[in-house]
Amino acid sequence: MKLQTALAVFLAAGVTGTAAAQTELSLWYHGAGSANAEEALVNQMVEEFNASQSDWKVVIETFPQLAYNDAVGAAALAGELPDILDVDGPVMPNWAWAGYMQPLGIDEAKLEGYLPGPIGRWNGEVYSVGLWDAAVALTTRRSTLEKYDIRVPTLDAPWSLEEFNNALAAIAASGDFEYPLDLGMAWAGEWYPYAFSPLLQSFGGDIVDRDTYQTAEGVLNGDEALAFGEWWQSLFENNHVPGTSQDAADRETGLVEGKYAMSWNGNWAALPVVEAFGDDALFLPAPDLGNGSTIGAASWQFGISGTTEHPEGARAFIEFALQDRWFAAFSDGTGLIPVTASAAASTENYAPGGPLEVFYSLSENQALVRPVTPGYIVQAKVFEKALADIANGADVADTLDAAVDEINEDIQANAGYGH
Amino acid sequence: MASKLAQSNRAGWVMAFPGIALIATFIIVPFFLAFAFSLTNQRLASPNPTQYVGFANYSDLLGLAVFTLEPERDESGAVLRDEDGAIEYPRLRQFTRNNPDYPSLQGKREWFSWQSGENRTVILASDVVFMKALVNTITFVVVVAPLQAGIALALALLINQKLAGISLFRAIYFMPVVVSIVVVSLLWQFIYSPGDGLLNNLLSGLTFGLFEPRDWLGNPSTALGSIIAMSIWQGVGFHMVIWLAGLQTISPTLYEAAEIEGSSKVQTFLYVTWPGLRNTAVLILIVITMQAFALFAQIDVMTKGGPLDSTQVLVFQAVERGYGKQDISGGSAISVILFLIVLCISLIQRWLTRERS
Repeated sequence: MKLQTALAVFLAAGVTGTAAAQTELSLWYHGAGSANAEEALVNQMVEEFNASQSDWKVVIETFPQLAYNDAVGAAALAGELPDILDVDGPVMPNWAWAGYMQPLGIDEAKLEGYLPGPIGRWNGEVYSVGLWDAAVALTTRRSTLEKYDIRVPTLDAPWSLEEFNNALAAIAASGDFEYPLDLGMAWAGEWYPYAFSPLLQSFGGDIVDRDTYQTAEGVLNGDEALAFGEWWQSLFENNHVPGTSQDAADRETGLVEGKYAMSWNGNWAALPVVEAFGDDALFLPAPDLGNGSTIGAASWQFGISGTTEHPEGARAFIEFALQDRWFAAFSDGTGLIPVTASAAASTENYAPGGPLEVFYSLSENQALVRPVTPGYIVQAKVFEKALADIANGADVADTLDAAVDEINEDIQANAGYGH
Repeated sequence: MASKLAQSNRAGWVMAFPGIALIATFIIVPFFLAFAFSLTNQRLASPNPTQYVGFANYSDLLGLAVFTLEPERDESGAVLRDEDGAIEYPRLRQFTRNNPDYPSLQGKREWFSWQSGENRTVILASDVVFMKALVNTITFVVVVAPLQAGIALALALLINQKLAGISLFRAIYFMPVVVSIVVVSLLWQFIYSPGDGLLNNLLSGLTFGLFEPRDWLGNPSTALGSIIAMSIWQGVGFHMVIWLAGLQTISPTLYEAAEIEGSSKVQTFLYVTWPGLRNTAVLILIVITMQAFALFAQIDVMTKGGPLDSTQVLVFQAVERGYGKQDISGGSAISVILFLIVLCISLIQRWLTRERS
């Protein structure tokens, strides 16, 4: 390892002539072996940063996404965290609380005009910033809605709960599809809280009380949440959506193959739909189930490790990354949403008239980050299990009560998580 | 003896050192750490100091209560019934949630219940998921241990013959053992796929369409059975080979003698083969029991404990709590309980299968 580093420094010094004076900063990144251009773009960004100044030299190490969080946890226990970290938005408060991360210390005026999701705040300070965001939409075809005489909803006038239910019932009654709607139940894990907790919020409930973050009582098992739970269960009882044993392949291709009429899916899955359906493809806003339309926000973001000796170097790198040209490059390379309107204008997909333009406005208008608390990691798991159990027919009130108890016990066991 | 082992065996100790050091580092030390952590509130990542909490983790897992629900009555005292004639009871959550009259029920949930006269007796547990995991794990072991050992023995008897091409069959039966359990789980997920999966297609083909396709892993009544079936399929080859090794230690002269005496096939098996396999049988039962208690990968890949906790098992819960929910102390407590269970069962098995002289 030492020898390799020495060799790398030696070679770099030979090539650039200035690198010998640069201090090395380590950067950990979650996207090893990404299917798209993400990994190549991060590498390119690091190279350009190293060439752009003579103080710092960032050395990137990439991990497979599934192993990344474990690697960071293990490194923190061993005291070997890198200087710059890449963190999933909802996980950031946990890492900040545990001391893995420190505030960015970037002038907040520089973050003006950003979408709300990519800015990671905890305890009043910005700890992480993302170069992109993700959004979820009801994906379908205009011709499908027209066939069943269903109104095409807009951002200003989304479907109401009744309209949404009627649309599902009308499509189901036709028998033309295996299921009217695909929620993506096959994607166990973070997809559940990311994609489904906004539906609960649209009913007026939430995973945890966001005023205090000390309890879920009355929020996750209040009347609104119970109404959400009953509705959620009815989707499965009425066979309007495939259940938890949905085949993962059907999730990927079911909409395009005509098994499902609609799919609740992210912008990262939108391009194949545009390719298959062309102008017929529709990306609809989340329905308003009583308390406004909501979708999830926040994706992977950059932050500074809590133990680095060179926070100013890490800050310089992150400031270098926060440029419209990188936002646009990542968007073009990966299909994700650029975080500023000016960057969006120069991308292929999110420019005015671009095929995915609608996602930018969805993110801008409906996005609500997942609960900003260190306890989110546990709360997400509890919420996921509760939704899966209710989908499989468990008693709604008992299941939500149990989820509330588990969340509250965890908050107590962690002395309130520092709120 | 002891002094000889300690003093005049220096080379032996030196050679044993790497193995002992590895076992100590990765098995013995973690075991004592798990026991120590289970008495604290240790978290995976937390700025809060770790505190000693005594046996709180254990009582959170094992707490039980019995409660009798009385039916709802109208003003005249008659029992209220719903449209189907079933007796109506008050909701349990009225008693278990913030009810000062029933502090012992606080936070407990219904595990199971039964009808006794007009009343309903409910068994409540502090941690229903753990209790279900415990029952599922024991069910898994009780079904898998005899079934897997029996099928493995049958296969071993089949391939313990001198026929042309018998090694081909040995290889085929042994093949699933060589494949990673994760890969096997993914393949069986396709086999069990609802609707047009392989198993559904096969069964409806064999019954000329009479069989209704099922959601094998998505239905609480078939999920654990499906996992048991694929686990046996995957593990049976390994134990077949151990049986085979046992079979081949039995001297052929015994079989010849039995044949001369006019013994039937059944008699030969009962009085020659089976007594000769005694030690092998003890080994296989203990090994299968321990492996079955460690059930994890299939659950993690195929069902994640669902649907409705029908496939929750202890090791999966230990990992889920320790890493997934960052509760190292809770995960450790489950591991210690599992260790005690396996220890007890091994001791009982040793005692039952001891040499009676």
